[in-house]
Amino acid sequence: MAFLETATSPEKLRRIAIDPLTRVEGHGKVTLLLDAENKVHQVRLHIVEFRGFEVFIEGRPFWEVPVTVQRLCGICPVSHHLAAVKAMDAIAGYRRLTPTAEKLRRLMHYGQILQSHAVHFFHLASPDLLLGFDSEPTRRNIVGVAAEYPDIAKQGVLLRKFGQEVIRHTSGKRIHGTGAIPGGVNKALTKAERDEMRAGIDEMILWARDAVRLVEKLHLSHPAFYNTFGEFRSNMMGLVDRHGALDLYHGGLRARDADGGTIFDHVDYTTYQDVLQEEVKPWTYMKFPHIKALGPETGWYKVGPLARVQVCAFIPSELAENERKNLLALGGGKPVHGALLYHWARMIEALHAAEVIRDLLDDPDILGTDLMADKSERQEEGIGVIEAPRGTLFHHYRVGDDDLVKFCRLIVSTTNNNQAMNEAIRAVAAEYVDGRVITEGLMNHIEVAIRAYDPCLSCATHAIGQMPLEVDLVDGDGALVSRRRKNFSGAA
Amino acid sequence: MTELANVFNLDGARIPFEPGQTILTAALAAGVYIPHLCAHPDFPPHGSCKLCTVTVNGRDGPACTINALPGQDVRSDSPELNEIRRVLLQMLFVEGNHFCPGCEKSGACKLQALAYDLEMLSPHFVQFFPNRKVDASHPDFLLDFNRCIMCELCVRASRDVDGKNVFALAGRSRDSHIIVNSPSGRLGDSTLSIDDKAAHVCPVGAILRKEVGFVTPIGERLYDHEPISQVDLAEEAK
Repeated sequence: MAFLETATSPEKLRRIAIDPLTRVEGHGKVTLLLDAENKVHQVRLHIVEFRGFEVFIEGRPFWEVPVTVQRLCGICPVSHHLAAVKAMDAIAGYRRLTPTAEKLRRLMHYGQILQSHAVHFFHLASPDLLLGFDSEPTRRNIVGVAAEYPDIAKQGVLLRKFGQEVIRHTSGKRIHGTGAIPGGVNKALTKAERDEMRAGIDEMILWARDAVRLVEKLHLSHPAFYNTFGEFRSNMMGLVDRHGALDLYHGGLRARDADGGTIFDHVDYTTYQDVLQEEVKPWTYMKFPHIKALGPETGWYKVGPLARVQVCAFIPSELAENERKNLLALGGGKPVHGALLYHWARMIEALHAAEVIRDLLDDPDILGTDLMADKSERQEEGIGVIEAPRGTLFHHYRVGDDDLVKFCRLIVSTTNNNQAMNEAIRAVAAEYVDGRVITEGLMNHIEVAIRAYDPCLSCATHAIGQMPLEVDLVDGDGALVSRRRKNFSGAA
Repeated sequence: MTELANVFNLDGARIPFEPGQTILTAALAAGVYIPHLCAHPDFPPHGSCKLCTVTVNGRDGPACTINALPGQDVRSDSPELNEIRRVLLQMLFVEGNHFCPGCEKSGACKLQALAYDLEMLSPHFVQFFPNRKVDASHPDFLLDFNRCIMCELCVRASRDVDGKNVFALAGRSRDSHIIVNSPSGRLGDSTLSIDDKAAHVCPVGAILRKEVGFVTPIGERLYDHEPISQVDLAEEAK
């Protein structure tokens, strides 16, 4: 679908914008260029907000960064908090965390996976899936779901609440806490806190499994549609542990091609620049990462739930692994690529997160008080990688001898999915919009494809002064009058 | 003069005092809180932040510099004075870069705690957004000029307790700023050392011990459970 990225004669086409995109994190829009017969010639996802964190983190003390940088987002700040602190562990000279500290960080992270996946599926996506893509738009929201399916809505709200409580107990606040510090964590879990969470987790596991079954049921009601909506073949990437199992907190990078073949495996994430590269395009603030060896044309990849459950060899918790097998059976031994399958994979991960939370709460180490690791030699550079709810998240820093950050690069999950989301909306536009009378429902099909990736557009735009820009002035007949270009360094 | 005569009236309450006490110290000793920022029990009064402004016999003035006298009629906790205090706080907030969410002093910061206590809901004024570079040249301490409120506590501590004169205030009016007494003007070239009073007296996040960061969890910070009015009075009672 790459041919739909740039129309050959845009000046002769009609422009339709979906602006703003709704029920996604952050601000973005989609533009379509159509001819007189409504044939689609160009489809682009644009990110129209701008964060700039990579620059204003520079000059700040490194121990402040894990708390500051999480303000990128209010939905999965824990991901940025933990990715940054993993990088700062290395910079501050902490090589190996205490068992309690690592398990408390894991507990925080899996609490976040549970709450973020719940908020996405129930609050943002379920209105499309349960009420219909082209249902009455004023009711196509969580309030409409609550009116029609009160039990499902209630479970979604409470699953999210539970995840947020896990975050609060481990970081001090439901959103934007301070739990992880370079070298460990600042807060031990009390027995009362552990017991409170333990009392509720079994019900959460049941509800999470019900959510998986709900998505499965929806798929099985219209399998051809659900399997192929927004479908395109692509590479996939995610973290796995040393056994190849899904590990959302730590591991090595693994990439598979569209048929499941291994591209690279167990790559130490601190060497990510050996295998990944970013490309910038003049029409969006969001970069386009790709696998270096394959190049920008064929090296782009998917991240996030659907990629992760297929990149890993297995999920190391019983109920989630059983559900994963059900999902993978759709492909008959080959990877599946439909955009809506993200929801199924996402709920499998939510179930896994709930199981991991239970296991961590049952682990005696979780009540330990040995929170800080021993310190060894400092280093200038640190790279922290984590599987955020939306996909692989990279934090890369360099710190001077004076303790101030002098370099920051963030490659966030949504950025990793940039090309994939563009491909998904082009596939949907070609299938459902091309040549038809444009209606709100049809436009929502485009948004449904984007929502499947659960993008966080706020997190995805943070580079300043590095974006090339091209502005064309054309006359009424489409003839180019003048062109202004800005290169990577900002020079005109 | 009898002992009973050493009493003044504060918002309708009778406050006893020792001769030589200021209105602020007498009020705090009696368990009545008057908001204050630059005043510190270890140092002579400074009277610069004006947050402790009270009305004494009809005239406004800082409670930290006005001596308590028998029979004074002092007004402090009134809507009018608290509004003035809020405006003073708002001006302090917009003059610097006080981003509490990313500041490690959050939860233990007097400026933030007073803003909560006095129910400051917004900065109100246009932010200055100054661009001040952090001085991280010292091996143990960080000096973040963005957060300095020019209370001169570090100046007084270094001069009066440490005997070093590491810090001073330079410039006038809106150009006032803290400077470091060293050949390069950098903290790393000064004589500031880890045991100095000046290194630990900052009420905000301007002078920070390096690599401590967010070591105190949320819920255990100084002002997490009680407002500054109660915390300071409890400290006073110790």
